[in-house]
Parts: sequence; structure tokens; C-alpha cells
Amino acid sequence: MKDDTLRTDGGTATITNRLRRNVEQMTIADAGLYVVLLLAAGFYLVPIESGLVTSIKTGTAIVETAPFAPPGPSGFTLEKWQAAVEALLRGMGNSMLYAVPATVISAFVGSITAYGLTIPDWKQSYKALVLALIIAGIFIPYQAVLVPLTQFWSQWAQLTDLLSFVWALGIPDDYVGIVELVVTHVAYGIPICTLLFRTYYKTMSEEMIESARLDGATLRRVYRRIVFPLSGPMFAVVLIYQFTQIWNDLLFTLVLVSTESSPAAPVVLILAGLGTSMEGQDFALRMAGAFFAALPTLAVYIFFGDEFAEGVAA
Amino acid sequence: MSDFYQRVRRAINLSAGDDQRVDDGDEAGRDTVRTDGGVVSEDSRNSGAESGVLGRLAAGIDGRLGSDFLESSIFWVPPFLLMGLFVYGAVIWNFLISLTDYQRFANAPDYSNLDFEMYTRALADSGFVDAAVNTFILLVAFTAGTLAVGLILAILIDRGIRFENSFRTIYLLPMSLSFVVTAQFWLWIYNFNNGIANRVIGVFGLGPISWLGDQTIVLWAIIFALMWQFSGYAMVVYLAGLRAIPDEHYEAAKVDGASTVKMYWRVIIPQLKGATISAAVVLMVFGMKAFDFLYSLVGGYRPPNGADILATKMVREAYANLNWAYGAAIAIVLFAMALGVIGPYLVYEYRRNNL
Repeated sequence: MKDDTLRTDGGTATITNRLRRNVEQMTIADAGLYVVLLLAAGFYLVPIESGLVTSIKTGTAIVETAPFAPPGPSGFTLEKWQAAVEALLRGMGNSMLYAVPATVISAFVGSITAYGLTIPDWKQSYKALVLALIIAGIFIPYQAVLVPLTQFWSQWAQLTDLLSFVWALGIPDDYVGIVELVVTHVAYGIPICTLLFRTYYKTMSEEMIESARLDGATLRRVYRRIVFPLSGPMFAVVLIYQFTQIWNDLLFTLVLVSTESSPAAPVVLILAGLGTSMEGQDFALRMAGAFFAALPTLAVYIFFGDEFAEGVAA
Repeated sequence: MSDFYQRVRRAINLSAGDDQRVDDGDEAGRDTVRTDGGVVSEDSRNSGAESGVLGRLAAGIDGRLGSDFLESSIFWVPPFLLMGLFVYGAVIWNFLISLTDYQRFANAPDYSNLDFEMYTRALADSGFVDAAVNTFILLVAFTAGTLAVGLILAILIDRGIRFENSFRTIYLLPMSLSFVVTAQFWLWIYNFNNGIANRVIGVFGLGPISWLGDQTIVLWAIIFALMWQFSGYAMVVYLAGLRAIPDEHYEAAKVDGASTVKMYWRVIIPQLKGATISAAVVLMVFGMKAFDFLYSLVGGYRPPNGADILATKMVREAYANLNWAYGAAIAIVLFAMALGVIGPYLVYEYRRNNL
């Protein structure tokens, strides 16, 4: 009996000992862990930070100070930001003009496509086939469709003629590029939007929908009354993800709008050529421009980071 | 056979609309109904007969494909067609164009004379071969490197740290930026005179190196920049994978006395196969889209020497040199490469019933 007690005691002692040792080890290991994590955070932030400080430096400060150090009071200037805003502001407006409608339309279309392919009751293997064809569309390298796309918009779909009443209002007909961009981005955005909504609808409670169906509700009614109102969180994810993608895309704008001097040139197109001249590169102007062009996506990311993370993880 | 019979009966009943005696069950009742239905559809006017045929067709489709097939098609068929035309239609069209000799300022290709001349021309073009090799190196190195960095970050973050969300937000931040924007940042970092890259290696007494000017280095410099941008993505995917592993697996490994490294290597990482595959596929696709980055780096169609990839070469041939057919042929090669990655992936997902 006594033996037993002793053993228990001893056991407790070793456990506490081990615990204490664990705690000590953990703190050292933890400290190491945090150092590594902070270093990694530094690695991800330094390019952005050095861009930011460079954008507010004068020409001499850029040469004299370290690239990641903030400028002294004498080396501080907002001149480059002014120039960048001046150069990019019209591009911002143009980008908004196609990014917002294309985002909203592709999210909505993706939602109804995913609904038609998930909740109604028809043969699973055919559904999977249609889905496989749609999902493969996410991974297409867009180079493979560029030449036909150019052919299509320049030779087949003569939007410039169709929309002549718009140009009659005094809007430059370069803006036909914006309309083309909306349609193009919607078409190529359907796959990813469908996939995102599909993963969400798969987890939706079937009972409510089934009972509604038994009560004689049409599919349209089920969508309008049950599925759509419950899709809010996924709409947030898809809208944010799509907006970032469309805003950031350069390839389609390059092909459909083509020149940065066009009045309809989106911001990425102007930015790609900003600050390059015969005399060399104006890095401060480039950095200021980069930040200004990234403002909408940065704002979206900072306010809706979780939704963005969810969008990319799916 | 009796299944088919029943389906027809249902169809007839549908077209008749008012016949309620279908479910009698016994042979005689069935007979009557059939006769009745037949009479009704024969008697009805043309439109009625038509709707009977349509109704029967609809019922046939429903029987074969599921009861909601027709009603649900309004939701997914139009988007599917739009997307199908822009994706598959365009790829097929692109293949056709690649068989022509379309170039310069002609409005449309001449489809009457098709051959594989553009493909033989590509094989003889050393620029094309270099670009293909570079594309391959970029895809493999970028994907593997990004996955490794992402996995390490995910494991570190998954160890129950504080400020987990802040770290995750910072790591993922570059991914929210456009290639056009990040290209500006890296141009500044790789700047020869005052760039951070040369300062860092200067600490170790190395350099300075012309990161973007040296043909043997530039591709790796670009891969590094792309890894910076996308390793946060790999981390998020791995983190979701790690969270799906039940705690017992960690505890069991601990009880067995496995060291932390051994535990991850033997127990945890093998369970991340699914996450690895899907992240790898997405990363390869991002890698193939590196065009935006390379274009913005120089502000033009010609990337730095030694960093030409198929994506940039295709756009340059088509839109700068106006060799449309040749560009289309390169695009088909790029598409085939993508298909080699996506095809097996989709089959894999289909087999696992993930679609």
C-alpha cells in the first residue's frame, strides 16, 4: 500500500518534471518558431515595403539611401504619386468599367450553373461529365484561344457597328474593347465560379429543398426562394476572387484593347509601360504606379482576406 | 422492356393530361388506359399530337437521365454553351488556324490549304525549342519550390501559434497583387546598382550580379519571384489539408515515440497527397500564365534573353510579328502541355467522385 502511494507520488513527480521540461523546451522551440515565422513575414513584405518607400523618394534619395530604408525629410516627395495618379486615373476608371460588371455577371451565372448541376435530380455520371468539361476550362492556357478570340471580335462579332448608337452619344468607339472584355471575362470566368458554387451547394441541406420539391415548387422557385438567399457567403467569396482575377489580368486587355494610348486602356496596360523611357527606368514612378493600380485589390484583400483565402483554397 | 412500356404509358398519360386511371395496377386496367391514351392523342389536333411526341420524348429523356434533367437544363445549358464555345470552340478554331499560313494583315485565314508546315517550322526554330525547355524548367522548378515552401509554412503555422491569422494574411498578400504590379517590385529588387538582391549577397561578399541580364540566371530569378508570389497559396491549401487530419494521428505518433520530424515525414505528409496534387495542378497553370509577369518586366513582347517561355513566344509571334498561324501552332503545343497535366488530374478527381 505504502509502496503504491510512493510509486504514485514518484509518478506524479516525473510527470510534472516532464511537463516542466516540456514547457521549457516549448518556450525555446516556440521562440525559434516565431523568429522563423517573422523572418518569413519579412521576406513576403520586403518587396512591397521597399516599393512603398521608393515611391516617396526623390531621385537623389533613391541613389543615396538603402532601397528598403525610408527617405529622410529632405528626400521625401509625393511628386511621383501625383504623376502616377495622373497617368493611371483614366485607366482605373476603365478597369472598373469592365471589372465590376464582368465580376457580378460571372458570379451570378456561375451560381445558376452550379445550381443546375448540383441540386436537381438527374444522372450523376452525366453531371460529372459536364462538370469535368467545365472545370477543365479553368486550366486552359489562354494563349490557346487568343488568335481565334481576336478573329472573333474583329471579324465575326462586329460590336463596333452594333453599338453605333452608343458612339453617337460621343463616347469614343475604343470603348468597344470594354464591352468585349466584359463578355470575354464572363465566358472564361464561368468555370471557376461554377466550381466554387458547386463545392458550396454540395454541402447544402437537402431536406429543405426536397420538401419544397415535394410541395410542387419548380426548380426556378427553389433557386429563388431557398438556394439564392442562402448563397450569400459564397457570393462574397466568388465576387472577391473574380474581381481580383479580372482586375489583375493583363493578357486579354493587351489583346482586345492593345494600345496604352487608347482612351479605353485599362490600368494594368498603362502600368506595364509606365516609367520606361530612353533615359532609363524611373523606379519611383513605377513603384507609385504599382501601388496606385493595386489599391482596389489591396483594399479588397485587407477587408475580405478570409473570403479571398477561401476562394483560392477551393 | 416493361420499364420502357411504363415510360411510354407515362408519356401518353402526360399528353392526355386528364387521365387519372393509370395506377390501377392490374393488367386489364393497364390495357384500358393504353387504349384511352392512344385514342386521345389520335383525336387531338396537330399541336396536341406534337406535344404528345414531345412529351414522350421528354419522358424518355427524363427516364434515361433523371427526372429533373429537362427542367434543370435551362440553368446550366446556356452558360455551358457560352463557355464551351469560348474554350473548346476556340481551341479547335485555333488548331485550324495553326494549319493555315495565316500571317500579316490579311483579315481572315485561308482555310483551303491546310498542312502541318507551322509545326515543322517550330521544330526547326531554335527559339521555339529554347522556349519549350524554359517552360518545362519553369513549371517543374516553380511548382516544386512553391510546394516545398508552402508546406513548411503550413506546418509552422499549424503548430497552434498565436497571431495565426495575421501571419496567414501576410503570407498570402502577394497573391492578391497583379503580375503587372509584382513585376515592378522585382524589377526594383533585381536592379543592378541599388537593388536589394545585390545588397543581400553583398553582405556575404558576393556579386553584384546582373540578375535580369545574365542568361543563365534570369530564369531562376524569375522563378524565385514567382515563388514569392504563390507560396502563400500553397500554404493555404496545405493548411486546409493539415486541418483535415484527425488529432489522433498526431497523438498516436507521439505515443509511439516518433520525433517531430519523423512524425511529419512518415505520418502527416503522406496524408497530404490530395492537397499536393490539386495545388500542383493549379501552380502549373499559374506558371504557364507567367506571361503577364514577363511582359510587365520589360514593358514589351520580348522578355529578357534566356527567359523566353512558350507563352511569351506565342504572343510575340502572333501580335508583334503578325505570324498568326505560327503563334497558333505554338499555342497548340502549350495547350497540349496543359492537357498533359489537367487530363490525368480530372480523371483522378472523377475516380474519387470529387466532381
